[in-house]
Amino acid sequence: MSIKKIHDNQPKEFKFSDENLKKIEQILKRYPEKNKKSAVMPLLYLAQRQNDNWIPLAAMKYIAKFLAMPYISVYEVATFYTMYNLAPVGKHFIQVCTTTPCLLRGADKIVKLCKENISPKENEISKKGSCSWMEVECLGACVSAPMVQINDDYYEDLDEKSTKEILISLINDKPLKPGSYRGRKNTSPEKISISNGEKHA
Amino acid sequence: MLKKENKIFKNLYNEFGWEIENSIKRDDWKDTKDLISKGREWIINEVKTSELRGRGGAGFSTGLKWSFAPKEVGSRPHYLVINADESEPGTCKDRDILRFEPQKLIEGCLIAGYTVNAHVCYIYIRGEYLNEGKRLQEAIDQAYNKNFLGKNACGSGWDFDIHIHYGAGAYICGEETALLESIEGNKGQPRLKPPFPALVGLYGCPTIVNNVETVAVVPTILRRGGKWFASIGRPKNTGTKIFCISGNVNAPCNVEEEMGIPLKDLIEKHAGGVVGGWDNLQAVIPGGSSMPLLPKKVCDTITMDFDTLIENKSGLGTAGIVVINKDQDIVECMARIARFYKHESCGQCTPCREGSGWMWRILDRVVKRKATFSDIDLLSDVTKQIEGHTICAFGEGSAWPVQGLLRHFRKEVESRCREEPLIKKKLNNPYLVDQHLLENKNA
Repeated sequence: MSIKKIHDNQPKEFKFSDENLKKIEQILKRYPEKNKKSAVMPLLYLAQRQNDNWIPLAAMKYIAKFLAMPYISVYEVATFYTMYNLAPVGKHFIQVCTTTPCLLRGADKIVKLCKENISPKENEISKKGSCSWMEVECLGACVSAPMVQINDDYYEDLDEKSTKEILISLINDKPLKPGSYRGRKNTSPEKISISNGEKHA
Repeated sequence: MLKKENKIFKNLYNEFGWEIENSIKRDDWKDTKDLISKGREWIINEVKTSELRGRGGAGFSTGLKWSFAPKEVGSRPHYLVINADESEPGTCKDRDILRFEPQKLIEGCLIAGYTVNAHVCYIYIRGEYLNEGKRLQEAIDQAYNKNFLGKNACGSGWDFDIHIHYGAGAYICGEETALLESIEGNKGQPRLKPPFPALVGLYGCPTIVNNVETVAVVPTILRRGGKWFASIGRPKNTGTKIFCISGNVNAPCNVEEEMGIPLKDLIEKHAGGVVGGWDNLQAVIPGGSSMPLLPKKVCDTITMDFDTLIENKSGLGTAGIVVINKDQDIVECMARIARFYKHESCGQCTPCREGSGWMWRILDRVVKRKATFSDIDLLSDVTKQIEGHTICAFGEGSAWPVQGLLRHFRKEVESRCREEPLIKKKLNNPYLVDQHLLENKNA
């Protein structure tokens, strides 16, 4: 289980924007009338998006009222799942996959680069630009290891050079494009030119 | 080697386009109405003839699972739930199906939904796959526009709707009952079985939960016949399977191959061989992180199918093959997997919640060369106390890799241990406090 800390500085109020309220109408249609509670996860996502990528307690209270469920149940869900951020994160939020398949191909080097370029500690917002990073468990792109997720996008087939370029582009607020950084097509096998494995990080 | 015409996922690398027009050219949605009109009995029998086993890890017969759904719809509606919460380290096959072959999945959903009497299908996608989910939603919209979904889907007379539900980064939600809990809006903690979801599942209604790959191969099986599918691979381990080969290989990739292909062929022919040559191979995890690893000696000859791997005290699982060569520290690799399980344990059952932490901390001590010989027996004992004492299979999944390590690499582990404990002086600590968590000042 992961430990999640609630942010000290909580906003007093939270309200969904009109645009999001329309989205919620659509979301509620997906589930049976008497099982409105199912919408708690999509609603927490919406709240997170609306509030600069983190969920304040006020939003949980709001959602609990909205779906007629106990506040503690919403709190339970928000703290159980790791993708809900309960404290502010950077505008560019970097999640480095460090589970074994990525570790085998050099994820520790990417972590080191993050420490050097962004912040020495996880979940700290960088001094330059607005970035933060954290280690996460398997992101499900193991054949494209090592990889990082930046906001919603996957950056795959990285090595030290390309990672550094990406991190600097984030600090300068001009993010590079996601996808493979070895120019391969999706998950197809590559033509092998070097056989000693120099290609990965 | 699988012949080209026998491949089911022709667009695995998106060479031909994922849009509905392109996938119709690849025979998706061909005669779907006729297939459905042949009736439930025929579909279930054909799937049983094909001997298709679930592709999500457990390898349960799909035809049999479908036949467990009540034949008549009672007062409660039936549901079909597709498990696309792919989070097993080493596995990334479903991602490519969602991105590049979504119509196969959608068509499979319609057929499966009709077979188990479900009008509504939820596809549970892991939250990190946001872009894949968007792609799938586009594909679903395209199918709605062609009237392949919705009222009287595909002219079959069956109403069918598909909804996407995103997870939020919990590995345990790949377990079917935890997944149902998550859709219901609770935290993802598995339920006791029985009752099985086929009778009491989502919202207390009969529910069939299938993996993405399982459902996506069904339309092709029905079109080409169960006998065709059964002719590929070995008896009881039939058909094709997407293998994900990652780790220390020269060309990591996803590849569709027949079941029962030798592991060596798979690595050498498709993944460009082990980094540093075959002799540099140390171990292979054959089926995602929860399956015990295999040492090189076994890898030389083993074939990749459910039963052979079980005979070798491992399992095919999700067919996520992680190759580890001799340049790597095997104990560190397994310690990292143990940390993964410690992080992902849902915390419901005590043996798993506490034990997964114990396993990680002991292995971490071994990596740092701070462990004693008695720690190895303790570790082995902890794995035995988790296994079989939990509600879901997570307990086994976290204990087996460590058992595999001790079975095949005990010498490697022992070589890092020392005789004397680091903390010699007896401390007056309560029984449950982990000694090593204290400062080493008494060492």
